[in-house]
Amino acid sequence: MDTTTTATHGASSGTRGTKGPPFLAASPSGGAAARTASASTLVLEVIGWPGHLAGQHVDVRLTAPDGYQAARSYSLAAPTDGDRIEITVQRVPDGEVSSYLADEARDGDVVEVRGPVGGWFVWKPEDSGPVLLVAGGSGVVPLMAMIRSRDGVSPAPFRLIYSVRTPQDRIYDHELRRRATQDGGLEVAFLYTRTVPDGETRSVGRITAEDLIAYGWPADVKPTCYVCGPTAFVETVSDLLVGLGHDPAMIKTERFGPSGP
Amino acid sequence: MDAPTTAVAVYDGNTLAGPLSEVFGVELMTAAGRCRSCGTTSQVATFRVYGPAPGFVGRCPHCEDVLLRLVRTPDALWLDFSGVSALRILIPTDSADEEQQP
Repeated sequence: MDTTTTATHGASSGTRGTKGPPFLAASPSGGAAARTASASTLVLEVIGWPGHLAGQHVDVRLTAPDGYQAARSYSLAAPTDGDRIEITVQRVPDGEVSSYLADEARDGDVVEVRGPVGGWFVWKPEDSGPVLLVAGGSGVVPLMAMIRSRDGVSPAPFRLIYSVRTPQDRIYDHELRRRATQDGGLEVAFLYTRTVPDGETRSVGRITAEDLIAYGWPADVKPTCYVCGPTAFVETVSDLLVGLGHDPAMIKTERFGPSGP
Repeated sequence: MDAPTTAVAVYDGNTLAGPLSEVFGVELMTAAGRCRSCGTTSQVATFRVYGPAPGFVGRCPHCEDVLLRLVRTPDALWLDFSGVSALRILIPTDSADEEQQP
């Protein structure tokens, strides 16, 4: 613990002492790209970005002209790429940070980014064992970073189960479909809780043990399980996985609040 | 994830990674904390966290007792770890020496 420095760091102070990462100056690049009606992807150029692991997140801080600051945490959506990081922002009602990032961010704006943070909910390319990814809604974002990090680097077999309300709510829809056919060893299953697309055989409904059996791994394969989504979704899935015989120590979870898929 | 500021929500310890990194130079998400109340040891990332306003409260995933409280003011970070009787922090062994260099 470093008690000799002030708690707030200048945007350009890139030096690292014994404390964690400082806030770094960042600028949106290319504007926000819509993924769904409520989710957008934003690329940020962060000067001096130190690199990160799939599953880690960043804190994005905005400062108003009057000095008011608001910070939110977002999962990194893509592997390390120099000074460029990618986040996918789910707009939330009255979300002062999410609405700016999704709707108003322009190239040349200056925001601040601190990270990467979080060393627990991460997947490393050298982890070669089977992986089960279970996403609810925008919980797919850190799992997408894992899928992208795996591409061409790791033979670890991945299975993604992705629960969404409707077909229109699939973030990374096209990329996931493409990767499911091109990335060897990656399987993708979509579950729908409200509306199913034409030709879908599974009826609407929240995720069940049968889904985890049909699209996941048997417990004796001992996959590492990453579960990310709204709190209730994460609780449900981890209970189901434990009930199916998965070791709780192999289940890593990340909850991001009350909204459901 | 973008936490609404008006509602109390349930998160987990991962949410605290940013605020804690502001003052701690080590990775705390993988640290294991022992609950003073029930004695169970859990990784900080798995704490049940309520917040964010007026501050974060981290509870034991087993007995729900309060493990930590964290409040950020403009010029200070208040951290009450009194519900944790011991914290086991993993220290990187390979490159630890290099990282200590300025």
